[in-house]
Amino acid sequence: MLTCTSNGKRKAVAAVLEHASGDKRFKILETHMKRHQHKADALIEVLHKAQELFGFLDDGLMLFVAHHLKLPPSRVYGVATFYHFFTLKPKGAHTCVVCLGTACYVKGADRVLRAIETRAGIKAGETTPDKQFSLVTARCIGACGIAPAVVYDGTVTPRQTPEGALERVKGWCSHGP
Amino acid sequence: MDLKDLLALKEKELAARKPIVIRCCTAAGCLSSRGEAVKERLERAVYDAGLGERVEVRGVGCLRLCCQGPLVQVDPDNLLYERVTPEEAGSIVDALNGEKVSVARGNPNDPFFTKQQSIVLANSGVVDPNRIESYVAADGYQALHQALHEMTPKAVVEEMLASGLRGRGGAGYPTGLKWATVQKAAGAKKYVICNADEGDPGAFMDRSVLESDPHSVLEGMALGAYAVGADQGYIYVRAEYPLAIARLQTAINQARRLGVLGSAVFESPFHFNVDLRIGAGAFVCGEETALMASVEGKRGTPRPRPPFPAESGLWNCPTLINNVETFANVPAILRRGGAWFAGIGTERSKGTKVFALAGKIRNTGLIEVPMGTPLRVIVEEMGGGAPDGASIKAVQTGGPSGGCIPAEHLDTPVDYDSLNKLGSIMGSGGMIVMDDSTRMVDVARFFMEFCMDESCGKCIPCRAGTVQIHGLLAKVLAGEATARDLGQLEELCDLVKNTSLCGLGQTAPNPVLSTLRFFRREYEELLLPDPFAVKLAVPEGTVSVEIR
Repeated sequence: MLTCTSNGKRKAVAAVLEHASGDKRFKILETHMKRHQHKADALIEVLHKAQELFGFLDDGLMLFVAHHLKLPPSRVYGVATFYHFFTLKPKGAHTCVVCLGTACYVKGADRVLRAIETRAGIKAGETTPDKQFSLVTARCIGACGIAPAVVYDGTVTPRQTPEGALERVKGWCSHGP
Repeated sequence: MDLKDLLALKEKELAARKPIVIRCCTAAGCLSSRGEAVKERLERAVYDAGLGERVEVRGVGCLRLCCQGPLVQVDPDNLLYERVTPEEAGSIVDALNGEKVSVARGNPNDPFFTKQQSIVLANSGVVDPNRIESYVAADGYQALHQALHEMTPKAVVEEMLASGLRGRGGAGYPTGLKWATVQKAAGAKKYVICNADEGDPGAFMDRSVLESDPHSVLEGMALGAYAVGADQGYIYVRAEYPLAIARLQTAINQARRLGVLGSAVFESPFHFNVDLRIGAGAFVCGEETALMASVEGKRGTPRPRPPFPAESGLWNCPTLINNVETFANVPAILRRGGAWFAGIGTERSKGTKVFALAGKIRNTGLIEVPMGTPLRVIVEEMGGGAPDGASIKAVQTGGPSGGCIPAEHLDTPVDYDSLNKLGSIMGSGGMIVMDDSTRMVDVARFFMEFCMDESCGKCIPCRAGTVQIHGLLAKVLAGEATARDLGQLEELCDLVKNTSLCGLGQTAPNPVLSTLRFFRREYEELLLPDPFAVKLAVPEGTVSVEIR
């Protein structure tokens, strides 16, 4: 069982479990955990799956995972916040990842990023208020041969310029200046 | 599955080969330039032209010249086509009938290709990474069979010691010694881990190896497991490499089905299972103890060594942990002998090294050269120098743990020791070329920002030191620093370097120190005059003296 004894936490877990019973995605996540035999060392794999299903990790979801893997919630929260890949906030409908690896950087990825930031009116790591567009930076996506690279909704696009990038994200950020 | 079956499979695959092979690059770089559509279009064109009997369209791994992708190579005429678009792809097939081709032709006899010597990348661009048969046809898994049936684990380690192979992850620890230590370590349960958490920005060799030839890594791991007596392996891959993950998973499934992984491999008592572990975007997980914590499902923070993983690693069991490229070297070493491998390279650095050439250079892509190749040959002859008439200013090796080698040292042979002497490191193999337009202080700040973000926060010198160094560099760049700040910067770098817990902190100051060593002028030009410097009034006609 969950290693928390206070009444409040127990209530929170009960609420999460009840909420989960009506959602198909929790069922899929449970199956995934079963495949890993509910082992604690599968935590990162499970969180990957959870983020894939839900888009981000909210408190209830982390409590759910903690409960099923028999881990303290602090451990799940600690892992989820340690790794950059996990996000605790919802992402926008469209995502643009600007690679800031060394090769991309010396070839002007910072200029591409600045152009998009200005156009969308948000900083890297933020989402527009209308939840349409998230701007993210990456440390290196390993596409250095075609630098600077930008990933638009999962599609790696080679040799970007500030103008080309603005053209791509034009439709996604309607509320920019 | 025994040797007869393996050879039969190879014969079958070779017999099914068609006289003409069109090889399409399907590694991540070319796929992002619509490589998949090119391949589909080629397949359709071959079918439409009724050449299905004579021509094979094969999706292969990296064809190396990434900047000109998507690449298509046609055998046996050795024709190379660059920047192929799906619309034009059909004309490559028409060219087989003697028609004119509209696609740009590359030169396969360029020094970029001819100066390479392939061991790790021997299969890259030749075999189909999605089919184990293709790897078997290239003599794959024969080394594993030979080791299991003709060699003792001790003999395998002997062979590795004789090869002189050093770890390709960056530190360059002799692989044979590591294997021998794990072999001798007491423990019923042992593990093998392949470190595929290629976090250095600007490095993509491991990604290419995994995407192009995943089976060579699996075979290398199986050989390592046999040598040290392990039965479970993990490959820790970055989540940023989805294609590599997919191909590895396919490869593991196929290897299990064929009986070269799993229980009773090649009808011997040897068992070996491999599982994938997906990283979640933490650079520090490239450090071995942090990586093992991450495999165990914890926060990826390093711990002090000793005990080294060879004695107490994953779940406190003896663990063999090597880099992707190291494992990819192993099958070739056992197939051709350690002495053959030791004959390549320099006295203290044996074999070849794969580099990811990128940055301000004409030919970007993947190269594999013998150790000891001068840097000038790599960047000027193979890389073609800086584009647009600019001149090369420096070459950055080793990512955020490495340093910048200035143009005047381009004649340095590339091996572990020569690079160390210049204050840089071999690293995992990223090589970023910088031209005159690159400001070195900005580069140092860029790397320090990286280390600052990626510091796991466990030890203070790294957690606080990187922030302070970054602050000082920003101050220099803003033109607000004085000579005193520069002195403090050097002192701080020294402190962080010598007192940090793990490799991340210990090497984080390297980019600053190396740019300070070779490009000090660029720092000094940004400094404010020292407010405490006193100019003495001296009689006219004498030389003025400045006292600080």
